[in-house]
Amino acid sequence: MDYQPPPFFKRGPAPLALFSFYAALSVSLLVVDARFHTLELLRQGLSMFTHPLQQAAHAPADIFSNAGNYFSSVTRLQDENAQMKHAQLDGATTLLRTRQLEVENERLRRLLGVRERQQASGQVTQILFSARDPFSRRVVVDKGLQDKIVAGQPVVDDAGIVGQVTRVFPFVSEVTLITDKDQAVPVQIVRNGLRSVVFGLGDGRLELRFMPANADVQNGDMLVTSGLDGIFLPGFPVAKVVHIERDTSYSFARIYCVPVAGVENFGEVMVLEPRLATALPTQLTAETVVDGGKSPDKPLRAKKKHLKKE
Amino acid sequence: MQPTFSSSRILLPVRPWFIVLSLLVALFLNFLPTSNWPGVPDWVALLLVFWSVRESRKVGMGSAFILGLAMDVADASMMGQHALAYVLAVYGASSLARRILWFPLGQQALHVLPLLLVVQVVQFGVRLLAGAEFPGLGYFIGPFIGFVLWLPLTYVLLLPQYQPVDRDANRPI
Repeated sequence: MDYQPPPFFKRGPAPLALFSFYAALSVSLLVVDARFHTLELLRQGLSMFTHPLQQAAHAPADIFSNAGNYFSSVTRLQDENAQMKHAQLDGATTLLRTRQLEVENERLRRLLGVRERQQASGQVTQILFSARDPFSRRVVVDKGLQDKIVAGQPVVDDAGIVGQVTRVFPFVSEVTLITDKDQAVPVQIVRNGLRSVVFGLGDGRLELRFMPANADVQNGDMLVTSGLDGIFLPGFPVAKVVHIERDTSYSFARIYCVPVAGVENFGEVMVLEPRLATALPTQLTAETVVDGGKSPDKPLRAKKKHLKKE
Repeated sequence: MQPTFSSSRILLPVRPWFIVLSLLVALFLNFLPTSNWPGVPDWVALLLVFWSVRESRKVGMGSAFILGLAMDVADASMMGQHALAYVLAVYGASSLARRILWFPLGQQALHVLPLLLVVQVVQFGVRLLAGAEFPGLGYFIGPFIGFVLWLPLTYVLLLPQYQPVDRDANRPI
């Protein structure tokens, strides 16, 4: 005869066992998310539940800010209007000439046989809110998979680069700002064409790393995208150098910059179309097709043979 | 200090939908734009700890894990970061539940403070391992506000259980 405990004493698995199970599950999720980035589908699924709730939570704040706009004084609007007209007139001359220059540039490039520069085009989106995570700098914008946004698209505002789309959900997407820690943008200095990469510091500033202590960088230098990454189109303003420390005991200078665009502001931003991939030269692609799938030292030998023949 | 056990009222059994509703409201409060301000407590953590102290049979590590995942997705943080922290806090709360309820409310709050701090510290540790930077001491103010809120929160959340079974027209509660 074996005595089973009556069912009202049954309390499921022991707490420690349950805890180990859930802790192991969370840790494995953490590792998979950090190392392999393969949980996007789970994220998208869960977002179908959380995003409506988030939208609802942000609705009162939106209503307040809209009401504030509605009641803003007429004089302020008139001032703003006058300022904008002035700015437009200011910019009009350069804009008119830019258009002519762009056409001319295109013609010259065609004459030279260089590929034309891609025109910047994109979709205007609204920043909904900034993510709550205190460890990163991200914002959520109101366009997602539905509008064919893909991860990696650059995001700009009227002054310069704001960030890059890093996660896409069905109706919204997450943009990592350039000031996020270790977010990198390849740049060049307008004054002398010096190329480098600018990194976010996480506190609203950017740093130009690995520049030799005697590098030709000055306060007030403008950094624009160099376009070498194949993601950002070249020529968009990114940051301005504000502070340089040249310490002879270090081999690199510490160069701090501030973003040009209103990175921490809310408003409308533009998600640029993904940049078209530049095709490799035909010689390179032909070689990889011929040698594809063979041992890795083959291409080298083939090249050597080729050289000998010549 | 010797625990001074003052007899507490005999409460009505809690209604399950009230627990679910309160947890959803906590999630909603966490999604409000105010949650970016320093010192705003993590409402979900607070409510999870409260219910796992009061009703450890009804709110357990499973619900903590699911709410944690929801927070991770909404927060744009790493997957499993909130889940791990909440599961740990709920485990601590449910194993301390028998002990905590013997104390008066002020001392209960003192027990809850380390649990709420664990939630922040675990998340901080996880992100530190992933290469994030220290977000400032303001990140650790939230648990202390939660500690202060423990007393009013207990009264508010137990209010539906204070009603007598047979309603008396002359008594409002």
